[in-house]
Amino acid sequence: MSALAAVEFQSNWVEILQSPFMRNALVGGSMVAVAAGLLGYFVITRQNAFAAHALAHIGFPGATGAILVGAPVTLGLTVFCVGGGLLIGLFGRRVADREMATGTILALATALGVLFASLASANAGTTTSVLFGNLLAISADQLVVFGVFTAAVVGTLAVLARPLVFASVDPAVAEARGVPVRALGLAFVVLLALTITMAVQVVGTLLLFALVVTPAATALRITARPARVAALAVLLALGSVWGGLVLSAMVDLPPSFFIVSLAVLAWVVVLATSGGRGRHRPQRPAAHGHGVAQRT
Amino acid sequence: MTAPGERPPALVLDDVSVVRGGLTVWAQGSFTVRAGAVVGVIGPNGAGKTTMFQLALGLLPAASGRVEVLGAPPRRGNRRIGYVPQNYTAALGDAIRCRDLVTLGLTGGRFGLRPTSPAERARVDAALERVGAAPYAERRMSELSGGQQQRVAIAQAIVDDAELLLLDEPLANLDLRNQQEIVRLLGELHRERDVTIMVVAHDLNPLLPVLTDAVYLLDGHPHHDTIGEVVQEELLTHLYGTPVGVVRTAQGDLFTRAAWRDPRP
Repeated sequence: MSALAAVEFQSNWVEILQSPFMRNALVGGSMVAVAAGLLGYFVITRQNAFAAHALAHIGFPGATGAILVGAPVTLGLTVFCVGGGLLIGLFGRRVADREMATGTILALATALGVLFASLASANAGTTTSVLFGNLLAISADQLVVFGVFTAAVVGTLAVLARPLVFASVDPAVAEARGVPVRALGLAFVVLLALTITMAVQVVGTLLLFALVVTPAATALRITARPARVAALAVLLALGSVWGGLVLSAMVDLPPSFFIVSLAVLAWVVVLATSGGRGRHRPQRPAAHGHGVAQRT
Repeated sequence: MTAPGERPPALVLDDVSVVRGGLTVWAQGSFTVRAGAVVGVIGPNGAGKTTMFQLALGLLPAASGRVEVLGAPPRRGNRRIGYVPQNYTAALGDAIRCRDLVTLGLTGGRFGLRPTSPAERARVDAALERVGAAPYAERRMSELSGGQQQRVAIAQAIVDDAELLLLDEPLANLDLRNQQEIVRLLGELHRERDVTIMVVAHDLNPLLPVLTDAVYLLDGHPHHDTIGEVVQEELLTHLYGTPVGVVRTAQGDLFTRAAWRDPRP
């Protein structure tokens, strides 16, 4: 008998949605969606997608190490993500330098993760939940941590937003104008690490992009105004989390799959309908006479 | 000494040397750029032209000597300087509209959530209008041609009413017509605002109509002179390390040309 035959519609899905573990999942998932959606614009403009990916993996030994020493998994994740983020942030400003440093730290972290997992004889279930997230297992304690992290991300961004946009899209001029580009970079990577610490527990290490990068990438196809990109990315991330949970309740499959699929679906739809708008299309000569379309 | 009512010089170097990564980029730099000059900064690749801008912007300290910018020591975040870096517009992706980029030149250093005020918006509009970028102000940078992007970059540099403009290779990668339009724009800005302009350039020719002075980096030292003194065959040939000719037409136009000739008959 095929395993697929076990997948069937659960007529009591509304009831499932009202259960305490689903409520925790909704609240926790929503907080992650807000934080991740807000940061997405910066991850893309700062070309930090690889760092975001790496940070998620750097969290892996944090989680397995926490199990090894009997500490809370969230604590291990936080320590490793923030520490790894600062390490990456301290390495060269040049993208090429950063990429190499990130890749090396990523490899080391993954090796440590394997070591800790084997030493702690963590069961396959724990490892799986770190790699793929387990939104339905979010506890009340974790929600408190999520609340603190989300408040920190939103509050800090409110203060840093404008100089951070400047430093992200236009670092050379921002630096000349006295914007503390390097300090902002470190602050950003800490915010990113906090967000990833949460997101890993929702969608897992391997699927993290769907909340941190994809919604902002979708929004950027629609508008280039930073505040609107952030708002739209938050809405898209929220929609993916909520829709994913509802679908998960309907057919009893992992919410991670549905959350990611919905986020990617929105991206594909916008990509197809925008027809490349906003992507490196030089303007034809304007009637006003300024500028001949020419690109080398 | 500056007489009362007279503006201090835009840039003063007094026996300045600059060191980067343990190597002296150039040394014994002593010259004064008067306020209101339009200065070409020329020299071979790697001679330290961009370094001179970083010195003025306070991004790089002088290893020795004294530097004064607009009557004060250089400091980072000097709002009286407008700056357009090299290869600038190419680095700006599709994640920012022209208008927002110009706005950042005015308010980008401000922490907190206060939105852009109507007065600030008016200044941004005026800067976009002045450089002729108003028609495409709402577009993304990546959607524009090279000449249009350069206009937006200049709008960002002038939006805060800079007294000194530092432009690093603003004509690179532009076709002839766009080069001339940017040069004309610089001439107009100079006349209207009495702003001092320093332009790093590889090719002097397109800039000659507006240049009053030149700083040239030769044999590890910066030199300063009026443009007429700089555009001399011997000096340019030495400067570029290849034969350069100077031609003055009957109409009084001045230009330089490569003087190398194929020796074959």
